[in-house]
Amino acid sequence: MNETVSWRKKSRFAETWRQLKKNKVAVICLFVIIAVVLIAIFAPVIAPYSYEKQDYSSVYAPPSAEHLLGTDGLGRDILSRLIYGAGQSLQLGVISTAIASVIGIIIGSIAGYYGGWKDNLIMRFFDIYQSIPMFLLCVTLAAVMGPSLNNATLAIGIGMIPGPARMMRASILSIREMDYVESAKAINAHSSHIIRKYIVPNAIAPLIVYVTMSIGMNVLAGAALSFIGLGAQPPVPEWGAMVSDARNIMRDHGTLALYPGICIMIVVLAFNLLGDGLRDALDPRLKN
Amino acid sequence: MTDILLEISDLVIEYHTDDAVIHALNGINLTIKQGETIGLVGETGAGKTTIARSIMRILQTPPAKFCSGKIVFQDQDIMALSEKEMRKIRGNKIAMIFQDPMTALNPVHRIGDQITEAVGLHNHVSRAEAQIRAGKMLEMVGIPASRFKEYPHQFSGGMKQRVVIAMALACNPILLLADEPTTALDVTIQAQVLEMMRELKERLGTSVVMITHDLGIVAQTCNSVAVIYAGEIVEYGTAEHIFDYPSHPYTIGLFNSLPKLGSRERRLKPIKGLMPDPTNLPTGCKFYDRCPDATKACSLCSPDIIEISPGHSVKCIMREVSS
Amino acid sequence: MSALLEVRNLKKYFKTGGAWLHAVDGINFTLNEGKTLGVVGESGCGKTTLGRVILHLLEPTDGQVIFDGKDWTNPKKTELAKMREEMQIIFQDPYASLNPRMSVSEIIMEPLILQGKLSKAQIREETVRLMDTVGLAVRFGNAYPHELDGGRRQRIGVARALALNPKFIVCDEPVSALDVSIQAQIINLLLDLQEEYGLAYMFVTHDLSVVNYISDDIMVMYLGQAVEKAPAEELFDRPLHPYTKALLSAIPIPDIHNQTKRIIMQGEITSPINPKPGCRFMDRCQYISPECANPQTLEEPSPNHFVACCRSNIINT
Repeated sequence: MNETVSWRKKSRFAETWRQLKKNKVAVICLFVIIAVVLIAIFAPVIAPYSYEKQDYSSVYAPPSAEHLLGTDGLGRDILSRLIYGAGQSLQLGVISTAIASVIGIIIGSIAGYYGGWKDNLIMRFFDIYQSIPMFLLCVTLAAVMGPSLNNATLAIGIGMIPGPARMMRASILSIREMDYVESAKAINAHSSHIIRKYIVPNAIAPLIVYVTMSIGMNVLAGAALSFIGLGAQPPVPEWGAMVSDARNIMRDHGTLALYPGICIMIVVLAFNLLGDGLRDALDPRLKN
Repeated sequence: MTDILLEISDLVIEYHTDDAVIHALNGINLTIKQGETIGLVGETGAGKTTIARSIMRILQTPPAKFCSGKIVFQDQDIMALSEKEMRKIRGNKIAMIFQDPMTALNPVHRIGDQITEAVGLHNHVSRAEAQIRAGKMLEMVGIPASRFKEYPHQFSGGMKQRVVIAMALACNPILLLADEPTTALDVTIQAQVLEMMRELKERLGTSVVMITHDLGIVAQTCNSVAVIYAGEIVEYGTAEHIFDYPSHPYTIGLFNSLPKLGSRERRLKPIKGLMPDPTNLPTGCKFYDRCPDATKACSLCSPDIIEISPGHSVKCIMREVSS
Repeated sequence: MSALLEVRNLKKYFKTGGAWLHAVDGINFTLNEGKTLGVVGESGCGKTTLGRVILHLLEPTDGQVIFDGKDWTNPKKTELAKMREEMQIIFQDPYASLNPRMSVSEIIMEPLILQGKLSKAQIREETVRLMDTVGLAVRFGNAYPHELDGGRRQRIGVARALALNPKFIVCDEPVSALDVSIQAQIINLLLDLQEEYGLAYMFVTHDLSVVNYISDDIMVMYLGQAVEKAPAEELFDRPLHPYTKALLSAIPIPDIHNQTKRIIMQGEITSPINPKPGCRFMDRCQYISPECANPQTLEEPSPNHFVACCRSNIINT
């Protein structure tokens, strides 16, 4: 009877990867994101120049072997600045999303699991919160805290809390009604066990998708804050700030705005498409 | 023969998914006569609904793929018709009732308007006239015309299914495809709906294809029966023949696995095992694995369907030998 | 023989809007060890709620649940743990009642792990034994529920319910989501287990042919109340309540020569929101009389056959 009792659980990660592999676009996006992260980390090694090295002998230089993408008005190498900028932009996107998700998930879980007046209070608060335009809120927060990259990150993080909170609450509300939660109660499982083994694993899939996509969104918001001068401060390069720097000379040197713009677009698109791919890969019913 | 309404021959349908081909129908031959009620019996995934959907030509293609075969309805090959010509038949001459009445009705429209629309779609009548007909249809299915202006959520499940039936019958179809019409309903409501369908059928002379997994409903409503297993018809005959002399081991197994009212033997006799995986069907008889009478020959080639007595055919090698 | 389970005047009301929905309204029954009580009724009659209240998955509004001589109506925390070991449930829908994020072996092991009495190795051994008992090949231990068919999933549900060695199991429509041939396999399994472990079942269903087959006693419910209760054969041979009669006659019989005349009931089941004191079946009953507006009580016109109909004497002679 005891033939091969080796129940090794297929890891969730391996299973998701197996499903995700089927979606070529998502895999490409994942590699793009990994590449951007690596570039951000190893920027000092990869970048041919320092981001602040000025060279007044070649201002607005066209692309050449020396400066692959040319230079800006202060003679700084564009490519190097883009490479260094990746880190700033990712920080804005990833850390702000992390802040929003952690706080949002906790608040949303409380609202969803306990319900009643706690739920009501939290939700009405978010109703008011969300009646203020999101970007205006970020701008105000960033302006109050003072313009810096970290403050901009925090501002976006705080501004984005209602999204994951509402999402978490909605999934918990639907999962709480499922028969399998009742079946857990029938074997005398405690609330903490039910939350850990039943609610979180089932609620997490849509959240991962949401979080992935909102990284893209927050990169964009961060770029926008930097664009209006509330994000990364010069001379530190940030893609949004670079677009902003280029706006006065857009007519003559359009590529200066174009390159960081393309970078922002690629990163945002990659996160969105990866999120789409994850949505399919994480659905257990689609597995076979 | 003039009394043949619909003839399906050699119908083969597959569903193509990313990594597999599901063999949904594997050569269905079936004739439906004028005015009869034919029961399609089988388990989940046997292909009953696919047959009805191909008659209506509402299969999603892809993933469904029509491989071969013909469906001739009143001398027209349905598979060869243009979509425009098909629209004239669908809902007009052939109508379908779905299992779940909750999803078949549009929740934001009044039920009266929905029936009126169904009438107006295929008949060139004024709106006022269509409304009068819709009101009559409602009364015919036992709903007072005063509820004409109510919305679907104001109706109970049984009432909704009546509305769905009224809509299906609004254009006097010649053929009604009923896909598990009472599965979602309680027994007493089911009895009401079946009784109503029987009366309507008698009055209107509609032919009905009754798709069900419940042999009790078949006994109560059908003239002839086709038993479907893994995309094939394994036994076909008049209801009397099938109930009195079930001949395919699968049909016999189905009857045996039912708890009988009155008898209190301590064990049911289930059919062992499961239906074969439709992506990987066996070469021989599809029922081979589960059959209590299987022989070596059964695993080798698929048997032909053989008429064992007039109007009663069976797809089983054992009957081939004995006849 | 003393009763294993005794339910006294059990009530469960839900508040909906400003009104009270009397989902379970004064149910009494006793169930002996190794026996099966079939609970039959249409959707909305409170049969599912009844099972949940007995297991204390829902708080009862009123009444008592006495199991093995202990009053478990409002169990304390320690009692609840004991109660969960003695009373279990098998759910209707094997698609919705298994956590899609757990593998088959995890699902079956879980009650044992939570119980915390066995070592890891013993739990493993016990899980293998349970899978064997319900006819699940051990190789499925790694699979996820959605990878299996309905019949196998329901076997997982059965194994999980059996894990703690209960004496009583509420079977909440355990076969109604399954195909006929698979249905028979699961019913046989339940019967085998009952014989082997002396289990008592409360078998909740709307399928009358199944309930007749598996039950010793049958209770027919209508809008939260029991309208008739009798040994299975007696109930099918001599139904006394007009509702039972209509219900029985509505079952489609798979026999072409024995089609009895059906009693087609008028109207549909309503919901028991702030119900009037009289008979709840009154509006659909063909034998209605003024006395029906009085509260109905369960009478015992013949031994062990209870019916709640003031006119049953007149109707049945």
